[in-house]
Amino acid sequence: MANYMELLSFGDSGWGDELARGVLVTVTLAIATLPLGLLIGFLIALAKNSSEPLLRNAAHVYTTIFRGLPELLTLFLIYYGGQIAMSALWRLLFGYPFEINSYLAGMIALALVFSSYASEVFLSAFKGITLGQYEGAYALGLSRSRTMLLVILPQLVRLALPGLSNLWLNLLKDTSLVSVIGLTDLLRNTNIAVGVTKQAFFFFFVACSLYLVMSIISSFGLRRVSAWAERGQGRH
Amino acid sequence: MSYIDAPSTERPPAALRRRWTAARFTGLALMALWALLGLSIVYILVVGYDPEKLAKYGPRILSGIGVTLKLVVMSVLLGALISIPVAAGRLSSNPIIGGIAFGYSYFFRGTPLLAQTFLVYYGAGQFTDTLKAVGLWVFFRDAYFCAVLTFSLNTAAYQAEILAGAIRAVPSGQWQAADSLGLRPFTTMFKIVLPQALITALRPYGNEVILMIKASAIASIITVLDLMGQTRYAFSKTYDLQIYIWAAVIYLVTVEVLRRLWELMERRLTRHLRR
Repeated sequence: MANYMELLSFGDSGWGDELARGVLVTVTLAIATLPLGLLIGFLIALAKNSSEPLLRNAAHVYTTIFRGLPELLTLFLIYYGGQIAMSALWRLLFGYPFEINSYLAGMIALALVFSSYASEVFLSAFKGITLGQYEGAYALGLSRSRTMLLVILPQLVRLALPGLSNLWLNLLKDTSLVSVIGLTDLLRNTNIAVGVTKQAFFFFFVACSLYLVMSIISSFGLRRVSAWAERGQGRH
Repeated sequence: MSYIDAPSTERPPAALRRRWTAARFTGLALMALWALLGLSIVYILVVGYDPEKLAKYGPRILSGIGVTLKLVVMSVLLGALISIPVAAGRLSSNPIIGGIAFGYSYFFRGTPLLAQTFLVYYGAGQFTDTLKAVGLWVFFRDAYFCAVLTFSLNTAAYQAEILAGAIRAVPSGQWQAADSLGLRPFTTMFKIVLPQALITALRPYGNEVILMIKASAIASIITVLDLMGQTRYAFSKTYDLQIYIWAAVIYLVTVEVLRRLWELMERRLTRHLRR
C-alpha cells in the first residue's frame, strides 16, 4: 500500500505530478474544443433547419460523414492529411515544411465529431420551439437576427442542455484518443508511467478513476447549469 | 344559386420563382465545396491507383474487414448476454443489487473505452503468474480476446441501460392488467412487457451497434489487425494517405448500410403501430 502511495506521490520518485499534468491537458483540450464544436454544431443545425434544400443537403452530408467515421479515423485523417496538405502548401509559400501541432489536430477532429452530434441535438431542440414564438417576435417588430438571439436562443439552450450534457461527457472520454498521436494527455502519461514502473493494472485503474472523477465533477457542474437554464420554468 | 359550387375560372398562380437568397447562395457554395472534396478524393484514389500496393495490401484490408465484423458481432452478442443480469440489477428494488449494477454501468460508461482496453490488456500482464496458474493466460495473452472482453463489458453497460429504460417505459397498467388476469410475473415479463419494451429499444440498439463498429477501431491500438489495424500497418509501410481514405470509405459505407437496413427492419417491425 505504501508502495502505491509512493508511486502516486508528487516529485521525482512518484508519478502524481505527471498524471496531474495529463489531467490538465485532457481538461483544457475538452474545454478548448467545446466552444468550437458548439458554434459549428449550431450553424449546421441552422442549415438543416433552413427552407433551402441545397443548404439542408450540404449540412446532412457533413453529419453523415462525421457521425459515420470512427473518431480515431477522423483524428488520423486530420493529423496525417493535415500534415501532408499543410506541408505542400507551406513548401509552396515559404519553401520549408510545416509541422502540424497534435493539440490542434486533436481539437479540430474532436470539434468535427462533437459538432455533428451537437447539430442533431440543436435540431431537435429547434423542433421544441413553437412557431408562435417566431410569429410573436416578428409581430413585435424584431428583426430575424434579434428574434434568434433574444427569443429563440435562450429557449434553445434550455431544450438542448440535456443532450449537450451527454455530448460533453462523451467529449471528455474521446479526448483519450489524442494520446495515440502523441499528445501528453492523462492516458499518454499513464502509459509512460506503466512503461517505467510495470504497474500496468494499478496505473490504468488510477487513470480510469481520474476520468470517472472528471465525469462526476462535470455532472455536478452540469446540474448547476441545468438549474440555471430552468430557472424561468417554475415548479410543476 | 350557390356560389360555392361555381367553378373557378382563374388560372392557378404561377409557381414562385426561386430567388437568390443568402441561404441558397451559401447552400450552393457548400455543395460545390463538398463536390470539390469528393472529386479530389476520387482523383487521389484514381491517380494513386497502384496494382502493386493493391495486391500487397488489398487482401490484408479485406481480412481486416472480416476481423472488425467478427469483433463487433461477438462483442454485441456477448454484451447482450451480460446486459440481462445488469439490467435486472438496475431494475431491482434491492439497494445492494441496484448499487452494484449502477456502479458497473457508471464505471463502464464514465471512462474511455481506450483506457478500459489498456486496463484489461496491459493490466493482465501484471498478473501473468496468477493467470498462468489458473490457466487463463492463453486468453489474456491474445489482444483480440482482450478486445472482445473489454468491448463486451463496455457495450453490456450501455445495453443494460437501454433495456432497463425500455422496460421502465412500459406503462404500469400493463403489469396491473396482466396481474388481474392471473398471469405469473414471469409470463407477464416475457409475453407482455418485453415484446413492447424491445420495440422501444430497437432504435437505441441500432445506435449502439453503430457506435460499436466505430469504437472497434480502438482495438487497432492494442495491435489487433482489424480494418483500422491493417490500415495503420499499410500506412506505416507506404506513408500513402489514400489508404486512410479507403478505410474511411469502407467504414462510412458499412455504417450507412447498417443504418438503412436497421431503419427498414424497424419500419417492418412497427407496422402495426402506424396508422
